Amino acid sequence: MTKKFLILLFILIPINANALIEVDITRGNLNPLPLAVSPLSIDEESRKSFEKILKKENIGSAISNIVENNLKTSGLFNPLDKKAFLQAPDIANLKPRFEDWNLIKAQALITGKVNYVDDKLRVEFRLWDVLAAKEMMALAFTTVPNNWRRVGHIISDKVYERLTGEKGYFDTRIIYVSEEGPKTQRIKKLAIMDQDGANNKFLTLGNELVLTPRFNPASQMVTYLSYFKNMPRVYLLDIETGTQEVVGDFPGMTFAPRFSPDGKKIIMSFAKDGKSDIYTMDLENRIVEKITNHPSIDTSPSYSPDGKYITFNSDRSGYQQIYVMKNDGSNVKRISFGNGLYGTPVWSPRGDLIAFTKLHKGKFYIGVMRTDGSGERLLTENYYQEAPSWSPNGRVLIFYRETKTNSKGEGFSAKLWSIDLTGYNERQIKTPTDASDPSWSSLLSN
Amino acid sequence: MRLSKILKNTLLVLTACLVLSACATKKEVATDIQGQMQGDVYTGTDTVEYLADGVPDRVFFATNESILTTASRETLRAQAAWMRKNPGINVVLEGHADERGTREYNLALGERRANAAKDYLMTYGISSDRITVLSYGKERPVDSGSNPLAWSKNRRSVTVKAN
Repeated sequence: MTKKFLILLFILIPINANALIEVDITRGNLNPLPLAVSPLSIDEESRKSFEKILKKENIGSAISNIVENNLKTSGLFNPLDKKAFLQAPDIANLKPRFEDWNLIKAQALITGKVNYVDDKLRVEFRLWDVLAAKEMMALAFTTVPNNWRRVGHIISDKVYERLTGEKGYFDTRIIYVSEEGPKTQRIKKLAIMDQDGANNKFLTLGNELVLTPRFNPASQMVTYLSYFKNMPRVYLLDIETGTQEVVGDFPGMTFAPRFSPDGKKIIMSFAKDGKSDIYTMDLENRIVEKITNHPSIDTSPSYSPDGKYITFNSDRSGYQQIYVMKNDGSNVKRISFGNGLYGTPVWSPRGDLIAFTKLHKGKFYIGVMRTDGSGERLLTENYYQEAPSWSPNGRVLIFYRETKTNSKGEGFSAKLWSIDLTGYNERQIKTPTDASDPSWSSLLSN
Repeated sequence: MRLSKILKNTLLVLTACLVLSACATKKEVATDIQGQMQGDVYTGTDTVEYLADGVPDRVFFATNESILTTASRETLRAQAAWMRKNPGINVVLEGHADERGTREYNLALGERRANAAKDYLMTYGISSDRITVLSYGKERPVDSGSNPLAWSKNRRSVTVKAN
């Protein structure tokens, strides 16, 4: 369905190694960095060519709008109003008049240029430190015109990385479950979209119930639960080809699937005789291994990024709590001891934290704790919300939340939300229908 | 300092009042729905359908539990007797949970509830070949409301004719 596009990247000038502006992303940023995103300049001939191909009046402005929106939603940057800009985009890209940008209080400036070259889109951009009056970075890309949104996301990632010192998360996609209809007969479809909500596509028709889709590390495959023929089983879907297959040959319900960090195995639960245990299946040789063996419900497994450990939830203590074990099922250790029930543990891609859903006194919380269970921090509280998924840089969580649509507690609406690890910057991600069970892809380009 | 202490005490009193009034409201609700719930297990008949005369199709559970109540066991004995009388009929036991839980755990919980019903049918002479278990977790509530009574109706195992 989506082809892997080749994006050529040139470094125009070696990146200046001097420490210039830095943004600290480890704390809630109450003072986002003021920055100016000058529209990418474009010559009239190129503008017309792209208008014809992409039906966009000015592709330079369109790309810079994507960059501006990404940086703004990160909560770390405050893109300034373009109306206040004093310097024209083409001239700014050659040599910014730093006094002008200083005057409107911009601390960083992004400029650039778009060209139509041999049926291709060529974009160059520069990041400037306004106070130091220095160029921080300059890069150029050449790609097919249809890829213009991704160019905007890649520029955003480069700027984010240069200013924060950590990888970005903008050139990514979200797979989720689209929901429609009354609660008693909900129609659910797999859907995929860009991280900013653009390019939404449905991957299944809604003929059968589907739940909990999750990407593989290469973000080309998805594992999920489908009620095809009323037999709830874990499936594998190739997003490019649309091929689907059932995972393993289990005489009962398999559910709660995720990939191992190397993408070679699927870890999931298999329910039989009132017990649910955790299993893995190797996708190459199809060998199935039983990882837990306990009369309790063991489910929602998630690997550590090095693949050596697994976190999961179990009610073996009497109630749903979070556990960590070695990848062979040995050394099972309970790590959640706070008040309430704990579920849906998911290991951070950075390895240091486990995100979870907590139920306590009729409220649902999304929170994080260290992998030994210490340092529990609740990020957000609501009537009902669950299933956090990490951004690839481990700085943002996406989850879903159901709210009542009237004061009598009737009707409901399910939406995707994101929140920073700091507990700040909570945002709804717009979807064409109601939505649940989001899963964040890895960075598509590097 | 002193002021803050006074404030703190006032707050404590206020909180206590709130807790008390919350209790009072809860009690009222409990009276309202009396006759439809015992503890938090549904005992009403609003949603119940019948497989045959005197054979209810479903049993209900307490929050996070899969233990069969006395009433549930009675229902299942009636179902077992009906199945013994109709040896050609196979059934699917559809296990469900309420919406106050995480999705994956609730899938497992629905399976556990349906299995509790299955085990009981088997002890009354029904062969496991005639029973299929299917969990819907919290995906197919019968009552879309978000209140204790609706949740109690949704925590259920429903016996459905498979043929």
